[in-house]
Amino acid sequence: MIEQALSGLWYGFGVAFEPHNILWCFVGVLVGNMVGVLPGMGPLATISILLPLTFGMKPVGAILMLGGVMYGAQYGGAICSILLNLPCHPPHAVTCLDGFPMTKQGRGGVALGLTVFASFVGASWGITEMIFLSPLLVKAALQFGPAEVCSLMLLGLLAGSTLARGSPIKGVAMTVLGLFLGSVGTDLETGSERYTFGMTELDDGIELIALALGLFGIAEFMNSVNQVAPINTKYTNVGIKDMRPTKADMKRAFFPMWRGTIVGSLCSLIPGTGPTIASFVAYATEKKISKHPEKFGTGLIEGVVCPEASTHSSVQGDFIPTMSLGIPGDAVMALLLGALMIQGIVPGPQLISQHPDIFWGLVASFWIGNIMLVLLNVPLIGIWVKMLAIPYRYLYPSAMFFVCIGVYAANNDFFQVGEVAVIGLFGYVLLRLGFHPAPILLGFVLGPRFEENFRRAMLISRGDILVFVERPISAVFVALCAILIGSQIYFRLKGAKADLEPAAENAVGGEAPTSLAAQRVPATPAE
Amino acid sequence: MRLSNSLRELIGKRDFYAGGLMLLLGLGIALKGTTYRAGTLMHMGPGFLPTALGVLLMLLGIAIAAASLAPGPDEHGGDQSLLPEHPQWWAWFCILMSPIAFIFFGRYFGMAPGTFACVFIAALGDKTASWKGTIILASVVTVFGVSLFSYFLQVPMPILTWRGEF
Repeated sequence: MIEQALSGLWYGFGVAFEPHNILWCFVGVLVGNMVGVLPGMGPLATISILLPLTFGMKPVGAILMLGGVMYGAQYGGAICSILLNLPCHPPHAVTCLDGFPMTKQGRGGVALGLTVFASFVGASWGITEMIFLSPLLVKAALQFGPAEVCSLMLLGLLAGSTLARGSPIKGVAMTVLGLFLGSVGTDLETGSERYTFGMTELDDGIELIALALGLFGIAEFMNSVNQVAPINTKYTNVGIKDMRPTKADMKRAFFPMWRGTIVGSLCSLIPGTGPTIASFVAYATEKKISKHPEKFGTGLIEGVVCPEASTHSSVQGDFIPTMSLGIPGDAVMALLLGALMIQGIVPGPQLISQHPDIFWGLVASFWIGNIMLVLLNVPLIGIWVKMLAIPYRYLYPSAMFFVCIGVYAANNDFFQVGEVAVIGLFGYVLLRLGFHPAPILLGFVLGPRFEENFRRAMLISRGDILVFVERPISAVFVALCAILIGSQIYFRLKGAKADLEPAAENAVGGEAPTSLAAQRVPATPAE
Repeated sequence: MRLSNSLRELIGKRDFYAGGLMLLLGLGIALKGTTYRAGTLMHMGPGFLPTALGVLLMLLGIAIAAASLAPGPDEHGGDQSLLPEHPQWWAWFCILMSPIAFIFFGRYFGMAPGTFACVFIAALGDKTASWKGTIILASVVTVFGVSLFSYFLQVPMPILTWRGEF
């Protein structure tokens, strides 16, 4: 087993080191790092913008680049949090708590330096986990019939919608909406059109890119236009010399870093708990076991490295269910899966054996990409810091152009550009009503496959719905779903909904319907 | 008396509208879904799953609205208004008009005018936008965008045309 994984990894490095692949990986992490730094651009919007550009590429290069954006943005987001106190990227919101006080004490560089180091450790752990765990999962998943796949998807969807931010019931509503949107277009089995209202452009369904860019691009811009506080660049003068930590810092950061890594990897194993939750849990755990919890929030290095290591470990770990089972844990993973599907690759347990170049190439590129990111972040920190000062009024109009042309280029059709505007307006209404749109994407990507497997399961069982509890593996998934729903109701009645989340959000500052809106809330120091 | 009070309270809550929207959406989906063939459980027709999802969405909508009746602050805290503190009608309008402008100018005049109009209109939404700055920004993005997408990525859209395709 281990031998097999190592030979796979060796093969993967061969793929990832091919010149064009390494170039795409570099482009991905560079762009990711850039948008991570920029307040107001998230990895979701960026990946959707880049998605149409990958149509002409080979699948390996495309997925390497898009994956690079994902974890590259995590490196950049930390800079934003530590130096500006802007929790513009949810996973790094908690890093502000101790990161910004350190900056005020003039130790922002040290915080950044150790963050890069902790990130690398966390990511390496996550990748290792992926190498050894994915083949095991695949082995189990290859035994699955349509009924098992169906109930596993149900579990993934439920976890993705209830464990994410915001009210669980609203999350479920968004997932259902996403599943519905996935069914728009021509029905695969009978060929009849559904919900197209006579528009032939909708025969192929709603365009994934239009949906993603509407919800995470336009809706987000509407939410943050004229709301972004001017950025305080007082503390952003950080050079490479400031980043070197002292020996004492290293010593203090060592164990929290590993604890964060472990917490993150555990969180990534539970579907639906993405990096944001991982970082909050890690911070809370670190505070709990610390000998001086009262000092947290005053600029402790532990409070910076622990959530950061956790975030990165969880980001890489999130790829495990996505790549080995074809069940994405959050919206970004759903988008990556969508990118694979556009390339004609069917996600699922057969992916590793059918397309080993994609899987192992991706794993190997994670390592290469993370090393690139360390190299990008340490010597070039001055450039990234300068990018923080790009004002939002230049950013969002330019992004609007990329949204429009990206959606157009997907099909060379103006219809989709109109589609994105409509979805954007709808997405903003949803945001204002307190819905988080991320589960829509999850449901949308899984929807057609869910329906297909559901129909097949029903056909095989001759219309007996009990097949889902009669088959043992499927019954386990259904039971887990029931436990998930039951515990949510229980916490709701007890009045203490997952106490870590409100606590953390209070700490960062009130309700944060979206990443950027949070910027208004935290106290940016007056001078 | 108590009923009317709680009704008034309900109407003041954001979640009431959130639930209501889901209920309406679900109703629409389910009603439209019944016009497609539902089939049997064993041989499901195209209408089966969407109709079921519509009904489920209706139920969730009712649950969301009902949950807002529960006493105590919900996740919105004191903020129950539908509009944000400072509504940005003009900016919202600009952002939504920007893709429309891209469609119109892109279709009839080509990629460069489409890009310019798209960026220009979106940028007008910012409070601090000046004519000069907006024009410069739109020009820069146009030059950069056209060279990237037309020359480098070969997007098949004429750069400059006159009522190219109707």
